[in-house]
Amino acid sequence: MQVSREEILHIANLAYLNLEENEIDSYILHLQDILGFANRVNNAPVENIDITIGSNEATNVFRKDEIKVFEDYESLLQNAVTREQNMFKIPKVL
Amino acid sequence: MSREDYEIVIGLEVHAELSTNTKIFCSCPTKFGAEPNTQTCPICMAMPGTLPVLNEKVVEYAVKAGLATNCEISRDSKNDRKNYFYPDLPKAYQISQFDKPLCENGYIEIDTENGKKKIGLTRIHIEEDAGKLNHDEFGGGSLVDLNRAGVPLIEIVSEPDIRSSEETEKYLRKLKSILEYIEVSDCKMQEGSLRADVNVSVRKKGDTKLGTRTEMKNMNSFRSITRAIEYEVDRQIDVIKDGGKIEQETLRWDEVSGKTFPMRDKEDAQDYRYFPDPDLVAIKLSEEYIQNIKESLPELPESRKQRYLEDYRLSEKDANLITSSKYLSDLFEEAIQVCNNPKAVNNWIISDISRILNETEMEPVEIPFDAKQLGKLVILIDKGTISSSIGKKVLTELFENPRNPEEIIKEKGWIQISDEGAIKEVVLKILEENPQSIADYKGGKDKALGFLVGQAMKETKGKANPQMLNKMFLEELNK
Repeated sequence: MQVSREEILHIANLAYLNLEENEIDSYILHLQDILGFANRVNNAPVENIDITIGSNEATNVFRKDEIKVFEDYESLLQNAVTREQNMFKIPKVL
Repeated sequence: MSREDYEIVIGLEVHAELSTNTKIFCSCPTKFGAEPNTQTCPICMAMPGTLPVLNEKVVEYAVKAGLATNCEISRDSKNDRKNYFYPDLPKAYQISQFDKPLCENGYIEIDTENGKKKIGLTRIHIEEDAGKLNHDEFGGGSLVDLNRAGVPLIEIVSEPDIRSSEETEKYLRKLKSILEYIEVSDCKMQEGSLRADVNVSVRKKGDTKLGTRTEMKNMNSFRSITRAIEYEVDRQIDVIKDGGKIEQETLRWDEVSGKTFPMRDKEDAQDYRYFPDPDLVAIKLSEEYIQNIKESLPELPESRKQRYLEDYRLSEKDANLITSSKYLSDLFEEAIQVCNNPKAVNNWIISDISRILNETEMEPVEIPFDAKQLGKLVILIDKGTISSSIGKKVLTELFENPRNPEEIIKEKGWIQISDEGAIKEVVLKILEENPQSIADYKGGKDKALGFLVGQAMKETKGKANPQMLNKMFLEELNK
């Protein structure tokens, strides 16, 4: 499984990560390793096995459509660096 | 080459907010217009360690929407994470559905000049809405309100089957009315409960390959959608005519300038790295569950329309207008229950009520009076208690200060004069004042009668019974 330098930079960019030049090669190796393992799983014999969705065998875990108000919404804003009119204030986005 | 040499290809992604009481993965209320961040909790604020639990109504409503639009319902479905960074998305992923949406392969029918046309639906899936960014005019920052984060949405994706802005509007109106009829969304465009992203491309007529498309966002009315499509089609044709190439990109429609602008980040082509959400389990729907929802579906606009054409002999145009809104259609049917005069109720709705709605830019749901009051108004005219011109005044009153029409006419002294003596008095007075009209009438000008009746109506402020006036004028003139 070959991972290119461009792919690593693209993924880092999507994840908002700044990679140092000397880190790129090591991530290439890490990711190749992971993809290699995924490939092994991909090649496992799965004929005659039913398709499962997700790793959990439970299905249909639902909630009733009933309102429960979370009273302490003040606490939800307590980590806001800047706050204005009960909202999180952030640098301007267009 | 002119515009006629090109074919327009349009596909839509419509987001409809579901009218559930609570959010899709937590029990916060979803009411529109609450104080910022008061309808939030650790789950929709993406606090570490919280777990989403799917609202059963969201699945039910999405299946309902699928069944009402001829979709196949998936027996096995799941939720996936769509990853991207944006400040209105606190988890940095949106829980949506990728390869196993709840509904697939549907269609809805629209009426075109060339008859009925099927617009294919690729899929309907469930997902959560993002929060809202408010732009602070003075402080230079943006303000994040997460009340809307986690509000349930269905996304309805159409096939590229639409060929004009007119068809787009018809498709959207039809879809809106279906969602309103099955009561899964209130579809208020001005509140953002129904939003459309429009994919547009053009190709030379006869080409089988699709042209490169652009996606337009930020339209919140039928009018701006139509304008945006017209603008974008012209722009694309101009680019091609000049030998240029259309770039696949997302555009923002600007209502004020009437133009589209590229949104930033286009070089970061969409790469959402979807994967199954490990916090949620699979959705398995039984035949019985689907069957139950199928049986609970109410009558849809198309069927109501057929009924109106057959039972009430409405014209196609009138039936289309009334059934386009569930609210209008309910108003029509309930008013008929009261007055038993479908023709009259139809006339009120398609003429005066529609005109007032248009003039005031009101949605049918905002009509302040009820069907009983409308029915009573029709009865008062049918019984001859008021004339239809007074009826129009009563309707205006109903819009301004809705109450029982009987009260209105009593209060305003609008009861029709049907007393023979009183009418005769008016007739004689008008004849005396207008000798020329008498001469005109006798000279063969039938129009003079209309003038005299008009004068008598003016004299009585519209309260005289017009049939009686007519009859009595004729009697006097032919003496």
